[in-house]
Amino acid sequence: MPKIKLPSPPPGAVPKALRPAPQRPQEGNGKKSLKDKLIHDGTEAGTTVVDWVDERTSLSGATRWALFRKVPKGTNWFYTLGSATLFAFLNQAVTGVILAMYYDPSPTRAYESIRYVTNEAFLGEFVRGMHKWGSTVMVILIFLHMARTFFFGAYKYPRELNWVIGVVLLILTMAMSFTGYLLPFDQRSYWATIVGVNINGTGALIGPYLSDFLRAGPDFGATTLSRFYAIHMMVIPGAIAALIGAHLYLVAKLGTTAPPWLKAESEPELREQEV
Amino acid sequence: MPDKRENIKSRYTGDRAIPGAFEGETVTRRRFMVGTTHLAGAGAALAFTLPALAFALGPVFERQKATWEDVGPESAFNPNTYVPVNFTNTPGIGDVGKTTAYVRRFNPALDGSSQHKGEAIQPYVAISTRCAHLGCPVRYVPAAERFICPCHGGVYDNLGKVNGGPPVRPLDRFYTRVRAGRVQIGPRFSVNSQLNRFSPRDPAEPLDGIGQYAYPARFTTAKP
Repeated sequence: MPKIKLPSPPPGAVPKALRPAPQRPQEGNGKKSLKDKLIHDGTEAGTTVVDWVDERTSLSGATRWALFRKVPKGTNWFYTLGSATLFAFLNQAVTGVILAMYYDPSPTRAYESIRYVTNEAFLGEFVRGMHKWGSTVMVILIFLHMARTFFFGAYKYPRELNWVIGVVLLILTMAMSFTGYLLPFDQRSYWATIVGVNINGTGALIGPYLSDFLRAGPDFGATTLSRFYAIHMMVIPGAIAALIGAHLYLVAKLGTTAPPWLKAESEPELREQEV
Repeated sequence: MPDKRENIKSRYTGDRAIPGAFEGETVTRRRFMVGTTHLAGAGAALAFTLPALAFALGPVFERQKATWEDVGPESAFNPNTYVPVNFTNTPGIGDVGKTTAYVRRFNPALDGSSQHKGEAIQPYVAISTRCAHLGCPVRYVPAAERFICPCHGGVYDNLGKVNGGPPVRPLDRFYTRVRAGRVQIGPRFSVNSQLNRFSPRDPAEPLDGIGQYAYPARFTTAKP
């Protein structure tokens, strides 16, 4: 316990109600002042709060299970690519929510609202830049993470399901890039979306209906932009967040793999038998 | 010798010594309760999922209205050269809803009998600038007498038929009509390589051979 010397008020200046209560007879050993008690409570406050929550939720066990895991020998910087992708997603989520405070998804107002964010709003250009460049960073990181998983053979049994979830996350990230590209509503994003929707339409039989669904009609219309906006900020982020939860659960449950260049060491007794 | 009948399970809960079962009961109250709960849950979930899904999918089935846009007097057009006109294709969204068509008067020497066999001849030929590859805007180059797409190099001849590049079918056209001496442009239609008329298709959807079946039209399309 830290020793803090507080200046004490002159005797009689403190009202009676605020003076420390006299020691109870049974607590008699050692005098405990109000000051000591406050310092004690203050230093223990964090523990008290955590204890209070933990007693009601039992979260400490889950936290320990998720965070204090054994990792194999040879774990290196390549293993951080998944976390890097996660933080890229969190960056997109936070900056996206703030951009949504300014953005107006109507065909006549969208470009103007983006122009306002970029040119006039305080730090708007910076936050929009974080979101715009962050999307590219997230796509790059997710591919590097996928490459790490592939080349380290981390997709093999029993982690196939996590690979499948990861592929779905990759597709959802691509869908985020596609729907987000339209939102600035300048010439580039408009024509890129026309071309992108038409590429969707090249799928036989269901392609034409998929295009109609994306555009909300046979042509780029009044609700196409707001449809893309809703998909971009509600539908896909929810799915991504849920799947990241499942992805991380499986990582914590199954553990990570050792890098492939690390030879598995056999037990000493077995080694003797091999000789 | 074991009695075979011992292995036959009774349908009746009472015979299977299930506690609390009535005489002659076949479904236990627990199973009934579980089933009811599942049904109630499924009903509650469908009550909001189905309307939401139908709402999102609605535009796919929505009937399109035919609109006619005035693009100028008859004297503004001639049978030999294309005149670009800018008109509103999708109302209510400002400049975004506008599109361009190249219009000239119907020319028997040029169009011959090729245009739309067995159907009423359009008084004017209005060729859409929407590229049949992926929807970029094409422009007409008079010196070359070709429609050329800037995005991926699609080239069309004077009638909008594919000359080269990736487009899968000729340029779309619009219905035209003349009202009180003024030319009006109506709904879009697509054509195959013989310039036969089809309901409007999106770009990149071929209409020759099996293409017309692989890429079905919308359920309802605007008819003039």
